[in-house]
Amino acid sequence: MELSKERLLKMYEDMLKIRLFEERAIKLFNKGLIRGPMHVYIGQEAVAVGACANLREEDYITSTHRGHGHCIAKGGELKKMTAELLGKATGYSKGKGGSMHIADPEIGILGANGIVGGGIGIAPGAALSAKMRGTDQVAVCFFGDGATNEGIFHESLNLAAVWELPIVYLCENNKYGLTSKADEVLAVEDVADRAASYDIPSEIVDGNDVVAVYEAVKRAVERAKDSGGPTLIEAKTYRWEGHFVGDPCVYRDDCEVEEWKERCPIDRLGELLVEEGATEEELKSIREQIEQDLDEAVDFAQSSPEPEVESIFADIFVD
Amino acid sequence: MRELSVREALREAMREEMYRDENVFVMGEDITEHGGIYGVTQGLYDEFGGERIRITPISEAVIIGSALGAAMTGMRPIAELMYIDFTTVAMDQIVNQAAKMRFMSGGKVEVPLVIRTQGGGGRGSAAQHSQSLEAWFMHVPGLKVVMPSTPYDAKGLLKTAIRDDNPVLFVEHKMAYNFTGEVPEEEYLIPFGEADIKREGSDVTVIANSYMLPRALEAAEDMVKEEGLSVEVIDPLTLEPFDEETIVKSVAKTGRLVVVHEAVKRCGFGAEIAAKIMESEAFYYLDAPLERVAGMEAPVPYNEKLEMHGMPNTDKIKAAIKRSCYVK
Ligand SMILES: Cc1ncc(C[n+]2csc(CCOP(=O)(O)OP(=O)(O)O)c2C)c(N)n1
Ligand SMILES: [Mg+2]
Repeated sequence: MELSKERLLKMYEDMLKIRLFEERAIKLFNKGLIRGPMHVYIGQEAVAVGACANLREEDYITSTHRGHGHCIAKGGELKKMTAELLGKATGYSKGKGGSMHIADPEIGILGANGIVGGGIGIAPGAALSAKMRGTDQVAVCFFGDGATNEGIFHESLNLAAVWELPIVYLCENNKYGLTSKADEVLAVEDVADRAASYDIPSEIVDGNDVVAVYEAVKRAVERAKDSGGPTLIEAKTYRWEGHFVGDPCVYRDDCEVEEWKERCPIDRLGELLVEEGATEEELKSIREQIEQDLDEAVDFAQSSPEPEVESIFADIFVD
Repeated sequence: MRELSVREALREAMREEMYRDENVFVMGEDITEHGGIYGVTQGLYDEFGGERIRITPISEAVIIGSALGAAMTGMRPIAELMYIDFTTVAMDQIVNQAAKMRFMSGGKVEVPLVIRTQGGGGRGSAAQHSQSLEAWFMHVPGLKVVMPSTPYDAKGLLKTAIRDDNPVLFVEHKMAYNFTGEVPEEEYLIPFGEADIKREGSDVTVIANSYMLPRALEAAEDMVKEEGLSVEVIDPLTLEPFDEETIVKSVAKTGRLVVVHEAVKRCGFGAEIAAKIMESEAFYYLDAPLERVAGMEAPVPYNEKLEMHGMPNTDKIKAAIKRSCYVK
């Protein structure tokens, strides 16, 4: 095992943080405190965490409508995220963005996105900029299986290949795009196969195995930094919740969900950690700390002020 | 008479037209078992099957492109774009292709294409899922733009759209699907280019459509009670073609005009109506500057208080009516 116990513990912590954050978010949503569509990341935690464990603060990510996990994995602040979900002035977007629009460019988060495929256009630009500025930053572009049916996916891969950009395309194939089964709307079974059209190396990983994701992304990041250009990684995973909170999920059966729950990425890492000598106590105290941080985040968000109505005109342009 | 919701009225229009003409079919994201995210096509998949209620990948450009190609070659597709915000992804196919096909073919092809979509705010869907972009499409010669409010209008206009041999952008409102109203059992069509006077009045003309129509009607009701003003409310129903005559006549009668729309004021359809009035004989009858009640010029914010602040509402319409009538 190349990863130290400390690093694995950090991954465990980040994954659990995402899980528990999402559970809180669902509660807040069900209380009527969150508006609009909210898409949670439960079940897919290993992808964001395994990928971002390879990134430094200055590296970039682009995210999606299902972006809370990416944001947390890249170092986003729970308080500002929670406040944004509640539409408060202290939130990441000052309450004007909500769940689908959390961004923190200071730590390389170029934004969640309400438009499927939106981030797939932006990520190669960040990679280009890193290349032109002569830094060794890389960009990781997160997107779903469904997004690979948008034209921009194909334009983006081709451009990144032609310009040899330092970018990692990370497809989270969770088997569904909204209510549509991936196999009904994708011409290929594996999104990874699409890389061949652009002469880009690709890899399929178990998206519920954080170590596997970490290692695949590590190879891709090294290639990117080595002027080897883009890589497409397909992480096979599953979202436990509906497409959005409140989705009746008529398009899938409960057995499938149960099967995937048995492959819980967090439990799997927990078991590995115990094998590596971590104690149940250690894992429990991580959970307790996160719960405490989340209590504080929720308190912070709830006690934060609403934005002033005048702020509707703020931040449209740079002054 | 029986009552239907807008959702049911739209579904009935599609069902009837699909029975009437086997070339009519529907395509879009998540429209099959699930019935579309706002449930408009619910049940149609079971009734007509996957050949005519076709699920598409998340591929807006080719949804419109392939619907256009099918329309040019004998079919009558209804292509659904989940949000009007996503028309942006399909803009070439809508604006450069569909809108210009007849013109560029020297009048040889027909394009019986309906693009059904929905827009507007009110649900906290934020900046990329709440826009009102209808005016963009009015600016493109070759597209018809329809924007109903009531179930009766929704059904009659959608049936007309499906039978039209030209591309029609049919814009629904996410907050209006549950509006209910009377819809006759018997077949009827509503012609394009004929505004509907929803309420007659003599002191001021208010133009409003879509989600704003009920707000305008409420404001009109209040104005009778509160100020004794008689307010005429007109829904243009179709923005292109546009029934200038009915509006000019109304303004010539009342001498005052308030236009209400949810889209941002700048270059919204109110600007076009204002210009039309200034160019018409109604100009000579105006007794007050015309008023536009419209969305604030900002992306639609997530926070509820801000979102509501940015949208027109009954109070803002009342204030505009009063200004127009020099009341207080
Ligand atoms: C351009 C565009 N089309 C459609 C949608 C509506 N929509 C939001 S998420 C989604 C499904 C996306 O599926 P996938 O990319 O697999 O991501 P997942 O939700 O599975 O994480 C759809 C169709 C959108 N937001 N933007
Ligand atoms: Mg998916």
